[in-house]
Amino acid sequence: MKRHLLEAADLDRADATLVLDTAAQIDQALAGREVKKLPTLRGRTVVNLFYEDSTRTRISFELAAKRLSADVINFSAKGSSVSKGESLKDTALTLEAMGSDAIVVRHSASGAPHRLANWVRGSVVNAGDGTHEHPTQALLDAYTIRRRLGRLEGVRVAVVGDVLHSRVARSNVRLLHTLGAEVTLVAPPTLLPVGVGSWPAEVSYDLDAVLPKADVVMMLRVQAERMNASFFPSAREYSRRYGLDGRRMGVLGDDAIVMHPGPMNRGMEIAAEVADSPRSTIVEQVGNGVSVRMAVLYLLLGGAPS
Amino acid sequence: MQYRRSRSDHSFNDPSSEAGKEAILARSSEPALGASSAPGTTTLLTAADVTRVVDRMAHQLIERAESTREGDQTGGLADLVLIGIPTRGAPLARRLAARIEAFSGTPVDVGTVDITLYRDDLRRRGVRALEPTTLPEAGIDDSVVVLVDDVLFSGRSVRAALDALRDVGRPRAVRLAVLVDRGHRELPIRADYVGKNVPTSRSQSVKVHLTEVDGADEVLLADHGAGQGDRA
Repeated sequence: MKRHLLEAADLDRADATLVLDTAAQIDQALAGREVKKLPTLRGRTVVNLFYEDSTRTRISFELAAKRLSADVINFSAKGSSVSKGESLKDTALTLEAMGSDAIVVRHSASGAPHRLANWVRGSVVNAGDGTHEHPTQALLDAYTIRRRLGRLEGVRVAVVGDVLHSRVARSNVRLLHTLGAEVTLVAPPTLLPVGVGSWPAEVSYDLDAVLPKADVVMMLRVQAERMNASFFPSAREYSRRYGLDGRRMGVLGDDAIVMHPGPMNRGMEIAAEVADSPRSTIVEQVGNGVSVRMAVLYLLLGGAPS
Repeated sequence: MQYRRSRSDHSFNDPSSEAGKEAILARSSEPALGASSAPGTTTLLTAADVTRVVDRMAHQLIERAESTREGDQTGGLADLVLIGIPTRGAPLARRLAARIEAFSGTPVDVGTVDITLYRDDLRRRGVRALEPTTLPEAGIDDSVVVLVDDVLFSGRSVRAALDALRDVGRPRAVRLAVLVDRGHRELPIRADYVGKNVPTSRSQSVKVHLTEVDGADEVLLADHGAGQGDRA
C-alpha cells in the first residue's frame, strides 16, 4: 500500500482486495464481542481535519480510530483558527507539530488532500475533497456489494444521479472497475462531467432501460448545496425521470440491491419505501464503513513508520 | 506491498521476534515439499511421527481433563475449548479435537484466534494480512481454553493470544499446547502440553508442515548457515 490514501487510483487490485479482506476479518473478529476494541494503534494519533460538514464520515473515522486504540483529535473549521484566516498548510503543520501520525481530511476544494500530503510526514487519508474523490466511501460500497452478492467480478452496477458533483461516483467508478465490476452511469446530460467518455464506465440517460440488468443500483444524492445553476427544470421532473420509486424497484432482479451513500433526500432521488425495503443496504453501508476504515487505518498506520 | 516487504529487512537474530516461526509462515503460500532433501535440513518428525505425537497429546488432554474432574478447579472435556493460533495452530487444534472425540467419544469445541492486531512487533516489521477468528457459539466464558500453536519460540505469539482472549471472554483457565518447543523464551511462558522438545540455536529455524496448509505432514530443522534463503 502507498503511504497515503488520496484517491481510488492509489489502490491496485491487490491492495483493494487486501483492504476488503482485512475489513472482513476485523468484522468477524469483533462480531458478538463485549469489548469491541483492539490495541493495534495504541499510542498513535489520528487527526480528523474537517473543513466541510459531515456526520457519518467523521463519526465513522473517529470510531474506527478509537476501536484500534488510537488517540483521536477532531478538528472542524468552525470554531478554530481557520475562521481567523489560518491556511490549510499552517493548520496542518501545527497539527503535525503536536504529533499527529495521520490526518483524515475533508475539504471543499478538490485536490486539497494531495497538497496536504506534500506538507506532512504522516499519512493522509482523503475523506472527501470537493467534487473529486471519496475513496473510503468507494471501499465500503465495494465491501457491502461483496458481502451481499458474494463477488465483485462481473457485477453490474448502475450509478444514478448527480455524477457531475459526486466524489462518491468518481471514486466508485475507479475502484469498482479495478475490482472487475461493470459500471453504468445514469444521469441527465447536464449532470455528467465533461470527458465522462474516458471513464471506465458506460453512460446512459434512461434509468428504466438500465434497471432490469443491474445487480446493484447506487443512488447519488442530489446536492442542493452545489446546485448553483439549473441542471434540471424542477425537482419533480428529476424525481420522475431519475428517482428510484417502488415501481422501478419492482423491475429489479431478485437479488439486486439498492445503495445510497447518504444523506438521503427521501422522495427526491429515492422513495421512502425503497430506502426502507430489504433490498436497501443503506444502514448496512454505515456499519461497514467503520470496519473498512479500521482496515485502512491499520494498513496505513500499523506498520513501521517509513 | 509494505507488509510483505518488511519481513525481509528484518534480521533473524533480532531478539524480540519469532524469527524461526515467521520463516515458516512466510512460506505458507508455496508448496513446501522437497525441502527435506535440501542440504542443512534435518527431519525432526515424519508424517507418522506427527500423527503419533498428536495422538499422545490428545490422550494427555483427556487425562488432564478427567483427572481434575474429581477436584474442583477444572472441569472435564465438556468444558474444554481448543483455540488454534493461525496459521498452523488452527488445523492442529482441529486435529486434536478430532482425536479427542475419537478416543473419548466426547466432542470438543474448536476455534481460532488471530493475533495479528495484538502483536507487539507490528511497528518493527510492518502490517500483514489478517487470518480468520472463529469462536464456538457458546463463547469461552468459564471454559478451559487450550491454546494450540505449532512452534513455541520467544513466547510473544502466546502473549498476544492471551491478550486477544481477554477481549473475547473470561475462561476459567488457559493452557498451552504446542507441537514443538524449540526454547529461547523471552517471556515467562511455558507450555502445558508439548509434542516434542527440540534444543535449537537461534540461527536455526523449525519448519512445521501440515497437510491442510502445506500438502504434507513433517517437521524440519533448517540451518540458516546452509543458505536456505527462506527469509525472503
